[in-house]
Amino acid sequence: MAVAVETPTGSARRDRSATRPASPRRRSRLGRLGVNLVLLAVSVTYVLPLLWMALASVSNLNTFRLKWPDTFTLDNFDAILNVDTTYRPMLNSLLLCGFGTLITVVVSILAAYPLSRYRSRLRRPFLYTILFSTGLPITAVMIPVYSMFVQVNLIDSMPGTTLFLAASALPFGIWLMKNFMDGVPIVLEEAARIDGANAMQVLWRVVLPLMRPGVTVVTIFTFIGMWGNFFVPFILLLSPEKLPASVSVFTFLSAHDQTQYGQLSAFSLLYSLPVVMLYLLLSRKLGGGFALGGALKG
Amino acid sequence: MTALAQAPRGTDGHRRSRGVPVPVRGLLRGLPLLPAVVLLVVFLAGPIAYCVYYAFTDMQLTGASGTHFTGLDNFTRAFGDSDFLNSVRLTLVFVIGSAVVGQNTLGLALAVLMEKASKPVRSLTNGVVIAAWVLPEVVAGYLMYAFFYDQGSLNSLLAALHLPRQNWLYTLPILAVCLANVWRGTAFSMMVFSAALNDVPRELVEAAEMDGAGPWQRLWRVTLPVIRRSILTNLMLITLQTLSVFGLIYTMTRGGPGNKSETLPVFMYQQAFQNSLIGYGTAIALVLLVVGALFSAVYIRLLRLEDE
Repeated sequence: MAVAVETPTGSARRDRSATRPASPRRRSRLGRLGVNLVLLAVSVTYVLPLLWMALASVSNLNTFRLKWPDTFTLDNFDAILNVDTTYRPMLNSLLLCGFGTLITVVVSILAAYPLSRYRSRLRRPFLYTILFSTGLPITAVMIPVYSMFVQVNLIDSMPGTTLFLAASALPFGIWLMKNFMDGVPIVLEEAARIDGANAMQVLWRVVLPLMRPGVTVVTIFTFIGMWGNFFVPFILLLSPEKLPASVSVFTFLSAHDQTQYGQLSAFSLLYSLPVVMLYLLLSRKLGGGFALGGALKG
Repeated sequence: MTALAQAPRGTDGHRRSRGVPVPVRGLLRGLPLLPAVVLLVVFLAGPIAYCVYYAFTDMQLTGASGTHFTGLDNFTRAFGDSDFLNSVRLTLVFVIGSAVVGQNTLGLALAVLMEKASKPVRSLTNGVVIAAWVLPEVVAGYLMYAFFYDQGSLNSLLAALHLPRQNWLYTLPILAVCLANVWRGTAFSMMVFSAALNDVPRELVEAAEMDGAGPWQRLWRVTLPVIRRSILTNLMLITLQTLSVFGLIYTMTRGGPGNKSETLPVFMYQQAFQNSLIGYGTAIALVLLVVGALFSAVYIRLLRLEDE
């Protein structure tokens, strides 16, 4: 910028700028080099643990050290690709998170419509309550939820856990969905109304198709959150055959203490893959900070 | 499901709505909210009410027969319990160290630097930082456990640089879990700040530059004041997230060795399920909930809903 300002002025000035110890351009180039180096250093520290996991999963060494494997092997994957270790926990995760996400998304869409379209005295208090509950630490409710589930016999029940997961994701889901729905112009709806469509028809046929990106964001966000959730299934599910992958990573770590890090890394890799893919899909589709920006701006 | 039940009535709803008295129409319009309200009341409001009630009882895991109302006993016990006070202290260290200072500062620094970096470096940094964030919590905990382990990557790295090594998970477990939380959570702050910096008007920064402000002055005097609301919002959100971190710490250290990394969520879990003191655990949960509620209230004050 500074350079651009100087060009139209006389040669005397240009001479003076040339005698300065470091011209702004060179200084900014040096600055950029420094910035790049700092960011590269940060990236390296960030990547080390990830690199270790990737190497450990295909290594024969079974060590905590970050070390290039002597031979690359798929033994670790062979050892874990069976029903008990991988397939069942993954299927359980898929059931819990799939149905949980479905419930959250459908219920949020329904709830978002009146919140976005109708004016009422109850609207603001309701929205404030929703926003307030997005911030509540779910961890803290888990012990009362456990006592409650014991009393109504829902402990160790997959549907019960699914419903709880759905309910705990609901405040954020409703909030996001309402913001996306606000972006759909009401004019289009009025045309459909004049043609005699009722509110639900308008919602499913007119509004939803127009906010497909928003629904995608909420779906993927909700699913990623549930897929990684450890505490809820850890507390509410007991039988080993019902546990999702998040809990089995943990039991794997405590059961095979000190020994099977290659296998555990292989399993962690497989377990992380779906959410990483979903996130890539999301950012490819909508551009990095977009989803989050929408969530925070209100 | 309730919404579907409404559909047949709605076929002639447009004509009828004029004849329907206003309060009834209001109810009909609110009907789609019903499933959400039911789920939230049963699974969130219910447990919170339960939490408030059981925090004042001596409920135990073994048999509900002996549950008595004990007033403030759990709380007086907590504030006289050195383990509880220890976990309050550790929670403060964890929240301030890893969220307020760690994630917030590093996230801001990364966002500012990334604006100036060349494109490949920016994409790389963005990618790896977000990758750590997208990973499931337990996997992040496992990776950090391996990283800080006595024979792990960090110590190999330190040895290679001729720096003193440590058995991090034993000597400084709270530092290890703080750093782990910074590693895992910074992406959130980074994305919030990148979005905020994007909205800072260019002319403002350029005008400051013309007036001879250096990069630091521009940051302190121009950019930061402009994005201060994003900073506050971000601080509230990451505080709330960090307050309820359980899986990461539990995977790495289980609160140990001893109780040297036992933050409130871990302490609460151990009292309730390992010592079978559900009532006491619930009282601790209530403390956590109240602190969370306070931060949440400040957060919604900051956001302020648009005026109608």
